[in-house]
Amino acid sequence: MAVFLQSALSGILIGGVYALTGIGLTLIFGVMRVINFAQGDLVMVGMYCTFWLFVLLGIDPFLSVVLTMPALFLLGALLQRTLINRVLDALPQNQILLTIGIGLVLSNTAMLVFTSDYRILSTSYSSSSVALGVIRLSTPLLFCFLITGVITAALYWFLVKTDTGHAIRATAQDRDAAQLMGVNVRFMGVLAFGLGSALAGAAGALVAPIYYIYPQVGGAFTLKAFVVVVLGGMGSIIGAALGGILIGMSESLAAVYIAADMKDLCVYVIFLLVLLLKPSGLLGKSRM
Amino acid sequence: MTPLLEVRDLDFAYGDVQVLRGVSLSVNAGEIVTLVGSNGAGKSTTLRNISRLLRPRAGTMVFDGHDLTRLAPHQVVALGVVHVPEARRVFPEMTVLENLRMGSYIASARAERAKNIERGLMLFPRLKERIGQLAGTLSGGEQQMLAIARGLMARPRLLLLDEPSLGLSPLLVRTIFDTIAQINAQGTSVLLVEQNVYQSLRIAARGYVLETGRIALSGTGESLLANSEVKAAFLGA
Repeated sequence: MAVFLQSALSGILIGGVYALTGIGLTLIFGVMRVINFAQGDLVMVGMYCTFWLFVLLGIDPFLSVVLTMPALFLLGALLQRTLINRVLDALPQNQILLTIGIGLVLSNTAMLVFTSDYRILSTSYSSSSVALGVIRLSTPLLFCFLITGVITAALYWFLVKTDTGHAIRATAQDRDAAQLMGVNVRFMGVLAFGLGSALAGAAGALVAPIYYIYPQVGGAFTLKAFVVVVLGGMGSIIGAALGGILIGMSESLAAVYIAADMKDLCVYVIFLLVLLLKPSGLLGKSRM
Repeated sequence: MTPLLEVRDLDFAYGDVQVLRGVSLSVNAGEIVTLVGSNGAGKSTTLRNISRLLRPRAGTMVFDGHDLTRLAPHQVVALGVVHVPEARRVFPEMTVLENLRMGSYIASARAERAKNIERGLMLFPRLKERIGQLAGTLSGGEQQMLAIARGLMARPRLLLLDEPSLGLSPLLVRTIFDTIAQINAQGTSVLLVEQNVYQSLRIAARGYVLETGRIALSGTGESLLANSEVKAAFLGA
């Protein structure tokens, strides 16, 4: 029982990060109907930012979230304004080519600048843990989850309570009608891509003390974010949060009860089952 | 007197299909003007050109001295031209209140938001009972009320109404038209697109009849109601 609880809880904690990348992806998709296949590479950029802020300036990775998020917001907004904006009316496959291309440029630039060495960010608390009865939870993972929760709650508040948040949701639900309310939908696209990138950056900062940091690390995050979003229902934020937790948990349980190298297999089996039984995703119809 | 809105020689095509041919019309301040015609005549297309959701091939559109063809849709709204689109188009996953708040999204409308919500709910008391409900779960008639109330939230100078009576019960149709007259009496000019020719000509100062993309007839509401061609084509007489 202790083993079950231990691995389920660890899974939920790491699932928070998957949720964060997934929410970014779903936000971008909701507003612009563009699937951002560079999402994981933006996580990678966030990881490197955090790594260098720690190594050069000694800034704690969990504190550096407040720097990486705005930096990635600007990067995302810039990408949207200069590149994504041009393909909004293009065929989906062309949009996919563009976002995959952006991802390749990001990861190869990282390789050029930082080499393909694996780097490890180790803090004083990297290997410490917190005891909860018979369960021990890794301290960095716990911090990571708590900050994820705060960021998600803040985003939710922004979308539900503010005028700009309403405008983002309105644009996602009916682009034409939003324009008729006086919403500048092009600007909403920039904002959504900026926010989505900022969330990827936050995820990068939060996992920097837990994962190896290398230029190609993004691919795995993109794939997971995509699974999380499809699982939860494209465009649904609560769905993405739920999907993230679910994927994290099944991964962790599969590693313990089946085999460590089979955990990805389990994730995709669950993914395919959901698609088979409920093609629109767990929270299919609802959008933001 | 220069009209509030003047559309001149508007040409529009979807690809190779010419939809509007030299459409000219005007709305004076304080008027209700109606644009009637059968399905596919180009009525909605005309409104969508004015609100800039569509880009005309040729023609001019001037509102209160501003050249609309140079503006983006959200800038047209900021001038005080609000388009209530066909088929309601409420935001389905937002509550009635959130929809109303979206109606006053533009900066100049936010200060009077509470007052205008109050006013909208007075116009359509039914919405008050549904205030926290998701708009997608409302009935067709309620969604229409919400769409009109939402369109009024920015206190527009000119309201473009597209088929407000579509799919409503006869009783509700009367209510909606009475409400439009009431809104107009409070100072909002209205350009009304309708298939319900009798009701719209009844409340309109002037009307235009659109036939396959051209203005075929125009005149005062009364004269069009009495016109034999209009009677034959639309009023079944």
